Amino acid sequence: MGRRSSRRELFLCFSRASSSPGLLFCKMLGFLQHPVMVTAEVNLNMVALTAMGLLSRLWQLAYPRAVVFDEVYYGQYISFYMKRIFFLDGSGPPFGHMLLALGGYLGGFDGNFLWNRIGAEYSSNVPVWSLRLLPALSGALSVPMAYEIVRELGFSHCAATGAALLVLIENALITQSRLMLLESVLIFFNLLAVLSYLKFSNSQKHRPFSPRWWFWLVLTGVACSCAVGIKYVGVFTYLLVLGVAAVHAWHVIGDQTLSNVRVLCHLLARAAALVVLPILVYLLFFYIHLLLLYRSGPHDQIMSSAFQASLEGGLARVTQGQPLEVAFGSQVTLKNVFGQPVPCWLHSHQSTYPMIYENGRGSSHQQQVTCYPFKDVNNWWIVKDPGRHQLVVNNPPRPVRHGDVVQLVHGMTTRLLNTHDVAAPLSPHAQEVSCYVDYNISMPPQNLWRLDIVNRESDTDVWKTILSEVRFVHVNTSAILKLSGVPLPDWGFRQLEVVGEKLFRGYHESTVWNVEEHRYGRSQEQKERELELHSPTQVDISRNLSFMARFSELQWRMLTVRSDDSEHKYSSTPLDWVMLDTNIAYWLHPRTSAQIHLLGNVVIWASASLATLAYALLFVWYLLRRRRRVCDLPEDCWLRWVLAGALCAGGWAVNYLPFFLMEKTLFLYHYLPALTFQILLLPVVLEHVSDHLCRSQLQRSLFTALVVAWFTSACHVSNMLRPLTYGDRPLSPNELKALRWKDSWDILIRRY
Amino acid sequence: MLCATSRLLAARAASALPAHPRGRGPVPRSRRRELHFPGHPELPPGDLLAGRFAGPSVSTGRRAILRRGRMPPAAGGGLAGSELRPRRGRCGSQAARAAGRDVATETATARSPKRPAPPSSRRFEAAGRWALLALVTLTSFATRFHRLDQPPHICWDETHFGKMGSYYINRTFFFDVHPPLGKMLIGLAGYLSGYDGTFLFQKPGDNYEHHSYMGMRGFCAFLGSMLIPLAYLTVLELSRSLPAALLTAALLTFDTGCLTLSQYILLDPILMFFIMAAMLSMVKYNSCANRPFSAPWWFWLSLTGVNLAGALGVKFVGLFIILQVGWNTLSDLWHLFGDLSLSMVTLGKHLTARILCLIVLPLALYIATYAVHFMVLNKSGPGDGFFSSAFQARLSGNNLHNASIPEHLAYGSVITVKNLRMAIGYLHSHRHFYPEGVGARQQQVTTYLHKDYNNLWIIKKHNSNSDPLDPSHPVEFVRHGDIIRLEHKETSRNLHSHYHEAPLTRKHYQVTGYGINGSGDSNDFWRIEVINRKFGNRIKVLRSRIRLIHLVTGCVLGSSGKVLPKWGWEQLEVTCTPYLKETLSSIWNVEDHINPKLPNISLEVLQPSFPEIMLESHLVMIRGNNGLKPKDNEFTSKPWHWPINFQGLRFSGVNDTDFRVYLLGNPVIWWLNLLSIALYVLSASIFAVAVQRGVHLPVKVEGLSQVLLRGGGQLLFGWMMHYFPFFLMGRVLYFHHYFPAMLFSSMLTGLLWDTLLRLCAWSLASYPLARCVHVLGILTLLLGTAYSFYLFHPLAYGMVGPLAQDPRSPMAGLRWLESWDF
Repeated sequence: MGRRSSRRELFLCFSRASSSPGLLFCKMLGFLQHPVMVTAEVNLNMVALTAMGLLSRLWQLAYPRAVVFDEVYYGQYISFYMKRIFFLDGSGPPFGHMLLALGGYLGGFDGNFLWNRIGAEYSSNVPVWSLRLLPALSGALSVPMAYEIVRELGFSHCAATGAALLVLIENALITQSRLMLLESVLIFFNLLAVLSYLKFSNSQKHRPFSPRWWFWLVLTGVACSCAVGIKYVGVFTYLLVLGVAAVHAWHVIGDQTLSNVRVLCHLLARAAALVVLPILVYLLFFYIHLLLLYRSGPHDQIMSSAFQASLEGGLARVTQGQPLEVAFGSQVTLKNVFGQPVPCWLHSHQSTYPMIYENGRGSSHQQQVTCYPFKDVNNWWIVKDPGRHQLVVNNPPRPVRHGDVVQLVHGMTTRLLNTHDVAAPLSPHAQEVSCYVDYNISMPPQNLWRLDIVNRESDTDVWKTILSEVRFVHVNTSAILKLSGVPLPDWGFRQLEVVGEKLFRGYHESTVWNVEEHRYGRSQEQKERELELHSPTQVDISRNLSFMARFSELQWRMLTVRSDDSEHKYSSTPLDWVMLDTNIAYWLHPRTSAQIHLLGNVVIWASASLATLAYALLFVWYLLRRRRRVCDLPEDCWLRWVLAGALCAGGWAVNYLPFFLMEKTLFLYHYLPALTFQILLLPVVLEHVSDHLCRSQLQRSLFTALVVAWFTSACHVSNMLRPLTYGDRPLSPNELKALRWKDSWDILIRRY
Repeated sequence: MLCATSRLLAARAASALPAHPRGRGPVPRSRRRELHFPGHPELPPGDLLAGRFAGPSVSTGRRAILRRGRMPPAAGGGLAGSELRPRRGRCGSQAARAAGRDVATETATARSPKRPAPPSSRRFEAAGRWALLALVTLTSFATRFHRLDQPPHICWDETHFGKMGSYYINRTFFFDVHPPLGKMLIGLAGYLSGYDGTFLFQKPGDNYEHHSYMGMRGFCAFLGSMLIPLAYLTVLELSRSLPAALLTAALLTFDTGCLTLSQYILLDPILMFFIMAAMLSMVKYNSCANRPFSAPWWFWLSLTGVNLAGALGVKFVGLFIILQVGWNTLSDLWHLFGDLSLSMVTLGKHLTARILCLIVLPLALYIATYAVHFMVLNKSGPGDGFFSSAFQARLSGNNLHNASIPEHLAYGSVITVKNLRMAIGYLHSHRHFYPEGVGARQQQVTTYLHKDYNNLWIIKKHNSNSDPLDPSHPVEFVRHGDIIRLEHKETSRNLHSHYHEAPLTRKHYQVTGYGINGSGDSNDFWRIEVINRKFGNRIKVLRSRIRLIHLVTGCVLGSSGKVLPKWGWEQLEVTCTPYLKETLSSIWNVEDHINPKLPNISLEVLQPSFPEIMLESHLVMIRGNNGLKPKDNEFTSKPWHWPINFQGLRFSGVNDTDFRVYLLGNPVIWWLNLLSIALYVLSASIFAVAVQRGVHLPVKVEGLSQVLLRGGGQLLFGWMMHYFPFFLMGRVLYFHHYFPAMLFSSMLTGLLWDTLLRLCAWSLASYPLARCVHVLGILTLLLGTAYSFYLFHPLAYGMVGPLAQDPRSPMAGLRWLESWDF
């Protein structure tokens, strides 16, 4: 309590200062008038809670020395970071992965481990302890933070300690923070955002624009962007904090004791710290991510050619030194920009379309044109000037420009890309695209294409390798060369269908192509040319994309990359979470029955849900009564009650309800951020009931006794579930059966 | 937050009170009266129009707020003076309790209808208003009915909705993802206009020939034309300003998109009609709030309910207007609740009235439409397959209709087993093996959509091979939890599963037919479980939902819904899933049932009750809606395309020789709407901040700001409610989904520009100039929209001739965006 008083002194000094000419002056005077004193004060509650938190999270951290559940997933990204190989993970922004990788970096991990199977033993080069350290630390620090949040909300030490203890003994939170997983880090930053916002808004009353005020404001913004940077769901907490901040800012606007300029300053400071700063920090994550990952890797193919060319190795090795401008006579491969279902290149081969399709329709029986997802010599095309026969590049090269009419010659078969009014094999509304074979049956070649550079800046723009996105518009029918994306049947070797789209005139990526590999053709003779096509392209310069271009592409791909929704044995629906009707088996000892489960403390889950319900009912009740001018609570108490509800119950709601709208596979651990907020609400409601609803001393004592009994039972349950949380002790089948309190829990019992 | 609001209200009341005499002073009495009386004594008849533009007074708006500060909407305030709340007028002491109440009494007396006004001029004014409304209505009908018969062939979705109308006339059962009311009305319109339901509506472009289609089109066009008067009245009610209402009407009349959408046999005009009618009646009823429980109050309240039922009955997006009305009602109740002068009994009455009119009444009507729907459609038709076997038994012509089969499943019965998921079909096997490399080389088990002998299975005990049909054995019923074997009747192989991965879904187990003449191994044993066990432990034909759990592996028999390759005859894959989730694809029911030892009962007794039918049809509709997923590589319209009029929809015709109709909003109007939303947000937030900062606005400006914040707020909310939810939808979206939102945004535009021009006029101090600015501004906007309509009208009324790139085309030079396709 000593801290309070000293703070008040300091505050007095400042308030005196604000009336006197300058703040600095007061400070200087202060130094002159008083001896320099350092009074240290320690809140033992906090220290004890932190210590217990650390103990519970760090105890035997390196056990089990085997891959546990989703470590298999995050581990591979850690390895990629260690090896600096580019990857793409649609599950979340890179900050979380980077934090995990930081642990590996500190532990001296070289990335050499094959993350292929849950339960695989770690080899000796994997620093398990340091890899798991950061999540465990954030889990441990959540405990004192829970304490601080409840304190800052204006509730008693007792309630705050209760909240921290509940977070401490919650088995699911312990399990989740002891492994290389991201939920505990996410929860940490969520809590940090809320806590620093509370600290900020509490200092708003006394000393706006003080360093402390700035510190907490900026920390709020940073914590929010960190939360978003770990998982996209962090955005919900961010929006909640923004919402509360907006309401508070609205009050500031309404505060007529402040001058207009000061109000503007307040608003600008908030906008800068809570909107601009998080965006910058978020960009910073990607900047570091792209800085770290500079080598090409297995996910390259998803990205555009330009992006791939910016990575070391891979396509960059191929495309370095290619001539930039495509000229008549250039040999090119054409990649479809859409890249879905798979990235592929315009392709043709000796086979022809079958005379009659299975459904009885006929084809032109000309040579097939497809889109092929692998590099192949048949992907090479030569850009030809329709007016000349030459297939080599002039000296100096004559570049192809927007609007030019070209012919595309297939390199290996020397046939011309053609489309005509014949229905495409699988998309009958569109035209068939073929390489023209003259059967002498009055079906003339229609092989002229007008080049349309989509991302040009002017009408005289030159077609550039990699950079230009082009469309080919058929001159006779104005059809557009398009990837329909449908795999052809066996006769087409399951390659993807390419059609001439007549109806569509808008923009879509599947009609857009870019040159990926490119060289100037030198040989007029077919034999020589085939040799030339087989030889690799030449190498010298590299092209760099700007950071923003790479960022926006990466972010877009991350949001749109589709993970195949596979069923999972332990997936669950949001409704299962509230009452803990499901669990996840994380790990089973290879020989004994020791096992780790993500399994919460049932008492805490159930009572937290009840507390939320009670809060909602009480809130509505008070609200209605206040509307009728019956004030059950004093004003400041009501405001505290509302703020606690907005942050804790609101935090639960925003982190829980959106899952009902999500279509991806959901797991129990998705509920943990919401649960943490719900736990914070629990002591708040209990204290409220004891202070305001228990009328007599007797009732209050009774209630306290009940709370103590309830808390004891929570501790007891936590202790009983401990073997499943830490996995440190083999259990007999009977013990395991006894722990299976709900039929829906899946606890692994070995059959001998 | 709440404290803030209350503080805000208090502050406003406090600041408003002393301002009151000012509020009355400077405003000429004539104008104030103009609002409240139909008459307009000071102005000579010749000046009528000008007076109208100069406009209904703002001070009244302000006073209205003082008088009934609890009414959120309709800032413009009460109807005519005669409608003032009588109670307030009578007991001044009660009214004086709250701030501003005394003002109310005063105004009430001041505006008392007894004050004489020259009756002739009042009548003239009223006649003028009616004439204007008639003019607006007439224009709208004229534009909508002009060339209604063109083109005389099916356009776009007419092929669906016209067909569904015919189904009603022919009484054949069909399935659609939308509720039935809209199509029923189309059917009714067709029936009344002499259409006999014989036209096939096969595909867009088919000629109607001698079939009479004008009745159906006319009906839709009629409702589509009604939108404009409805919008006109709504804006008039919200802003109390004729120019605003006129502008709205012009925007909607001259919008090619609304016009095109109203001219064909579609659900959209019907839906939009109900939405707008609900909006209007809600606004009207808000204006009656000062006379609760009066006849007009009841009328508008119940009319709101009726229209809500209509909107929801046409399409599920009608839900958005329900949410809007619901929100409005809640805030209304909240204000009433805060009015301490109202007793709890009165509040109870208010609440009951709203529950009755806005929940019970619409629900009853909605259910009634379904009752009619199921009553009318009693013949088997193309929709049968989407529904459960029990449901199909209702339909005459279906093979389950009037059939009689044994009710409870017994050992030895020959059955067919149908999957509960839509369009999966019957459990099926045939004399073909899984090919090499696909699990074990045993007989295939699939699901098949058509009735076939290979769908027949015999249900047997797992441990005895004796023939259960032997008459010496007693009949033994199959019960929940029994271990059974299913023997394929044609091939005498047992349904079997084992730890091999399924052909397509790799995480599931393969299901095969195994054994010879019914003898196999323990992998043929399945436990049969009934999910809806309210019928007892026996298994009922059609009604029991069963699961088959494989005894050895513990997996559940299900169908993944994936199509097998050619070796599987493109039937659907059957797997045994180890994930014991209760999904429909792993739930089955018994459909055919043959057992000579059991008495047959008529299927009549198994027919589902009406609530069950309702529930089932809703589940099927929701599933159907969710099933409308965009396929890969399909160009679908994105919600962000819509407000910017990015891309239209081709209703008819492709080539330059065709008669082409292209659904595209009039870009001038749409971009104006877009601009207006931004402007609105800007100006409304400026006013809101000003109020929050406690700035004392001049009386006139404050009145305008109230119109903007309250009336405009409602419209903006309507726009958001009808637009933003689409961003969350996973189904295929089309351009025409935006049109309800577009109606709201046009109303907002009308209200906003009128208000802004008035503000402009106010800031130019001199009176004649001010009036000029306002009148000129409105006229410019009106003429501008009319001219843009002149330019773009071929889109709606159809055009023949070269495409827009050709200078000879009617649309030459008008293809302002490359994505427009005409």
